[in-house]
Amino acid sequence: MNDHPLLRVNAVTKYYGSRVGCTDVSFNLWPGEVLAIVGESGSGKTTLLNAISTNLMPTSGTVEYRMRDGQFRDLYRMGEAERRFLMRTDWGFVHQNPADGLRMTVSAGANVGERLMAIGNRHYGNIRQEATQWLGRVEIDADRIDDQPRDFSGGMRQRLQIARNLVTGPRLVFMDEPTGGLDVSVQARLLDLVRGLVNDLGLSAIVVTHDLAVARLLSHRMMVMKEGRVIEHGLTDRVLDDPREPYTQLLVSSILQV
Amino acid sequence: MPTPLVVSEVSKSFTMHLRDGIQLPVVENVTFAVASGECAVLGGPSGIGKSSILKMLYGNYGVDAGQILITHDQLTVDIASADPRTVLALRRDVIGYVSQFLRTVPRVAAVDVVAEPLVARGVSHGEARARAVELLEKLNLPERLWSLPPATFSGGEQQRVNIARGFITNHPLLLLDEPTASLDAANRAVVVELIRAKKAAGVALLGIFHDNDVRAEIADRIIDVSGFRARKDAA
Repeated sequence: MNDHPLLRVNAVTKYYGSRVGCTDVSFNLWPGEVLAIVGESGSGKTTLLNAISTNLMPTSGTVEYRMRDGQFRDLYRMGEAERRFLMRTDWGFVHQNPADGLRMTVSAGANVGERLMAIGNRHYGNIRQEATQWLGRVEIDADRIDDQPRDFSGGMRQRLQIARNLVTGPRLVFMDEPTGGLDVSVQARLLDLVRGLVNDLGLSAIVVTHDLAVARLLSHRMMVMKEGRVIEHGLTDRVLDDPREPYTQLLVSSILQV
Repeated sequence: MPTPLVVSEVSKSFTMHLRDGIQLPVVENVTFAVASGECAVLGGPSGIGKSSILKMLYGNYGVDAGQILITHDQLTVDIASADPRTVLALRRDVIGYVSQFLRTVPRVAAVDVVAEPLVARGVSHGEARARAVELLEKLNLPERLWSLPPATFSGGEQQRVNIARGFITNHPLLLLDEPTASLDAANRAVVVELIRAKKAAGVALLGIFHDNDVRAEIADRIIDVSGFRARKDAA
């Protein structure tokens, strides 16, 4: 077992003016661990994700990341260039809307290859080969490599976005409602794919979702947020099968049985 | 040899916040131990808290009071207070659990559902699959089902996938929640044989079996859960 966390989040708080986004959130994330953040709209889960992933400067608190050399670095004390490099190489960010994470008018192959070029790959043949291989892993036919994602279905776009993020071999992936807006059958395929990739690659991930079934399937541990605070936190199946807090009980009891 | 499982003064109740916070006491003062190579069976009528006890031991239910001490490799952990990461490590390496129902994952083939606990412990896919096939064969699951996801299987077929998944590893502690409930006589006999093999290998087993014949064949001892019944006035 690896005895150092990959990420240390300490008392992260974000105010929008006087309004609370999220407040006093602390946790560690270990290598290979998937953490789900659940809660209803407006509970602060996306704010928290953005504050951790350096998309949004927190009002207070620290986020430390263990770099590949083993040293912890405070993300908000890094230079802008270094942070960007980290995000392009060691991290992935899967947006709910694939259009936010893809370039819609360049080819699928170029979408995947772009991140490789960003880390210094220059050989066209190698990049194309790697891109083809990744399209295969996310179950997109190789003959679609030159098509633009705007011609893809929603599920395909989302799978392409995942390939684009994973091609550089990141250690940490953030996902914001990765299955939101997809048909149920498409969701199942995507979830299975993500689950397999996370296991095979040993990724750590933080997944924001309002869907408790997604949390159950993907995550080891979950945090329940309400009004900007973490109100319950524990092993995913413990929180779902034996919820302690009134709000968590309400969430769990609101799931429709099929 | 240290006792792999010691349960000491464990209590559990549910607080139903959506029903004006009423307290549903489940069990109180649960105290017992299970030794290596022993199969202990939780006894008592339905609804008395037997499954809840197993779920607490697996870390699936929280514990209000008391300790659940799991000892493995000279290390003792109290699962009642362990952090999620420790519980997951214990599940991977120490505590196996066969539930009554299989929670199916979309699109994953039965053989891979069974192989998964071995893969999680670092066994290669090929070897894990070979072991999975061996077990599925032993449990008489038709070969044409091996490569299909179990979501559409019958109750008995799902149960056998579940049993194979639970028995594939050599976890030193195995929790069994009515593993024979929906099986025919031939397959019940297979499960009895598998349990005997686990006992012989020194595994500590704790189970719930409503089937008297199965229970008579494998139980070394009955732990009467009626004795741990929560007093009604606790509410």
